[in-house]
Amino acid sequence: MDYLLEALHVTKVFGTLKANDGVTLKVKPGEIHAFLGENGAGKSTLVKMIYGALQPTSGEFRWMGKAVTIPSPAAARKLGIGMVFQHFSLFEALTVAENIALAMPGAFDMKKLSGRIARVSRDYGLPLEPTAVVADLSVGERQRIEIVRCLLQEPKLLIMDEPTAVLTPQEADQLFITLARLASEGCAVIYISHRLEEVKRLCHNATILRHGKVVANVDPTRETAASLAKLMVGGDIHVVKSAREDQRGATRLKLDRLRLSADGPFAVELRNVSLDVKAGEVVAIAGVAGNGQSELFDAVSGERSLAQAAMLLIDGKPMGHDGVNARRNAGAAFVPEERLGHGAVPAFTLSQNVVLTRHSSDGALVKSGMVSSGGASGVSQRVIKDYDVRKGKPDPEARSLSGGNLQKFVVGRELDRRPGVLVINQPTWGVDAGASATIRQAIVDLARQGSAVLVISQDLDEIFEIADRIAVISRGQLSEAYPASDLTPEKIGLLMAGAHERKEMAHAARA
Amino acid sequence: MNDQLLSVILTIITASTPLLLAAIGELVVERSGVLNLGVEGMMAVGAVSGFGAALMTGNPYVGVFAALAAGAVLSLLFGFLTLTMVSNQVATGLALTLLGLGAAGLMGESFVGQPGIHLERLHIPGLSEVPLIGPILFGQDFLVYLSLIIVAAVSYVLFRTKAGLIIRAVGDSQQSAHALGYSVVGVRYLCVMFGGACSGLAGGYLSLAYTPQWVENMTAGRGWIALALVVFSSWLPWRIVAGAYLFGTITVMGFSLQAYGIGIPSQLLSALPYIVTILVLVVISGNRALMRANTPACLGQPFVPDR
Repeated sequence: MDYLLEALHVTKVFGTLKANDGVTLKVKPGEIHAFLGENGAGKSTLVKMIYGALQPTSGEFRWMGKAVTIPSPAAARKLGIGMVFQHFSLFEALTVAENIALAMPGAFDMKKLSGRIARVSRDYGLPLEPTAVVADLSVGERQRIEIVRCLLQEPKLLIMDEPTAVLTPQEADQLFITLARLASEGCAVIYISHRLEEVKRLCHNATILRHGKVVANVDPTRETAASLAKLMVGGDIHVVKSAREDQRGATRLKLDRLRLSADGPFAVELRNVSLDVKAGEVVAIAGVAGNGQSELFDAVSGERSLAQAAMLLIDGKPMGHDGVNARRNAGAAFVPEERLGHGAVPAFTLSQNVVLTRHSSDGALVKSGMVSSGGASGVSQRVIKDYDVRKGKPDPEARSLSGGNLQKFVVGRELDRRPGVLVINQPTWGVDAGASATIRQAIVDLARQGSAVLVISQDLDEIFEIADRIAVISRGQLSEAYPASDLTPEKIGLLMAGAHERKEMAHAARA
Repeated sequence: MNDQLLSVILTIITASTPLLLAAIGELVVERSGVLNLGVEGMMAVGAVSGFGAALMTGNPYVGVFAALAAGAVLSLLFGFLTLTMVSNQVATGLALTLLGLGAAGLMGESFVGQPGIHLERLHIPGLSEVPLIGPILFGQDFLVYLSLIIVAAVSYVLFRTKAGLIIRAVGDSQQSAHALGYSVVGVRYLCVMFGGACSGLAGGYLSLAYTPQWVENMTAGRGWIALALVVFSSWLPWRIVAGAYLFGTITVMGFSLQAYGIGIPSQLLSALPYIVTILVLVVISGNRALMRANTPACLGQPFVPDR
């Protein structure tokens, strides 16, 4: 059997961390090959080495049977390796055609290139306007640029790093059709994803990594999602128990025709957002990134003040003009999306970070302007114990924690207050399965004890796991909140796409 | 009357050209994502080097070349510190200004009071004698024409060629540019040196054409105005021409009004360009949408590729 790409005993060491430890991997032409593993298992490190962005510490790569070194991404592209990054490598201020031109070798002929872009995007069902500026495009459209950029170089191997994490279910379906077609034409695909159902559906082969080592190579169509997850984690995953109760209390958080103007050329305007969250329930807001989620979070948390106080009510009290602290003192707690830099100060210790969000709502932490370090470290030790935050030193700096552990700490710090209202943006973004389960369970438990919880998330699996009601945000407008049992991922996908995208898709279909 | 008008216009052109040269260079530097606040220092060193070289050789064109080279060499020091050693760009730029001004004073000590070599003006028989238009269009020194050619070239390169696309890409997202395999640091070195050469040229213009002599601190804050002009232009080359000539006009207006004996304190007049700079910056910065759309997103950010 001839392999297109072989990685033989590849090891990559960062300082004292072995990100890849003797990894061996073989990819055949025309095969869609999944890489599975938890965060930090070493998937991204491996593909970056294949793409020439990182160099292995030891081991070798073979391309079509011949030993090669891949010193740079340009060298990888020359071999016929293309990559679509998880965090897109696009230039927001430039046009679609300019972004693609930057990745093309040789002379610069915009007219010819625009023609080729139009042809490839038509052939593969990836509609794109070459003169559009990237900053104005949706995440799905941005991904199409990345894919078209790779396809123009006629790759033999295409690497995709979590491509569907940012797509609506319909956009993901379209992507699977494109990938299946590429594979049928003989192009191999390395496919990294956390979504096991889609790996089962799409991939011919799966390599599973755990702590930098290959633990299994399986045929995903013969596995179940649960058996794949077990291989990834190396044990069973705790399932969130959310005894659904119908006894809901009074409305604790109310958004009443909330409006907020866009604060920059790339921001979203919120238009008449209305929502009630009652005591005892978890309401989730689904939506594709960049549709107003961060603006909505800023408006609810008080980072941006509202035009009218009555647009936001906490326990019946109009608080639209109040700042973050006043809202915290009224019993609310907020966990922003970005844990490092927004949720916690990277260079501060955990106990100092406790003081930053709880100094005014927790009387024991600050006395007549003086910080009580004993009080702060008491709270931080309790959070660390209750939420199983794993760390090196007793009171480490926030930046020294891994993503999942810091997220447990940042969420735990707010839950520890037993807030009456909790607003949390992307509770388990970039967090591995074990830590995600802990956080989701804690969120559900808080609601069951009588708090109102609003979760903003792009992860539909998470939403269906914990939410009692679901609303969808699209281009700054929020749908009605439907009971979770009435919705399916497909229905949510239609709500996510919104009217604008449907028009665009119809247009593309005609062209 | 015509003579007076003509002399005012000619002074405006000579007052505007150094601003234009320094600002167009800095625009390229900032488009690549680097903020070099050392324009004033590079201008000072350019001025003294140009003056000295012209004096020693008796050839003003050697002086022009020396000014350009001196600015480029000084900017190379800035590039080494901020790009290779990844020092803070703001602090390094400020230090560069202080270093440049000090070094220029030291180098120029023996030149003070010496008569300089004047860069001659173009003379096309016939054309240059057409009233009013002739001297303005066909009677300038070559640096005036060169400054406009540089602007046209920068505009063409930035928006019509792949090299310019790469410069804008590096300034917009250094991570993405690196991921695509471009040498972020290499591109920035070239841009920083281009900016340094332009600043040096601007300084040389001061000591060879504007006032052919060497006086300490003769740059008189023009480097800072050039920096403000880049923001004023919202990083678009042709707007730099408009900005530079506007500021040149304001500077000359100060002198002219004094000459006409209009009762405005001279201090206020000489402060005018700076006051207008602040006002313009306030007005432009107030429009956040306008600012953000054109601002190179990586401006001033250090870049360390992960290995």
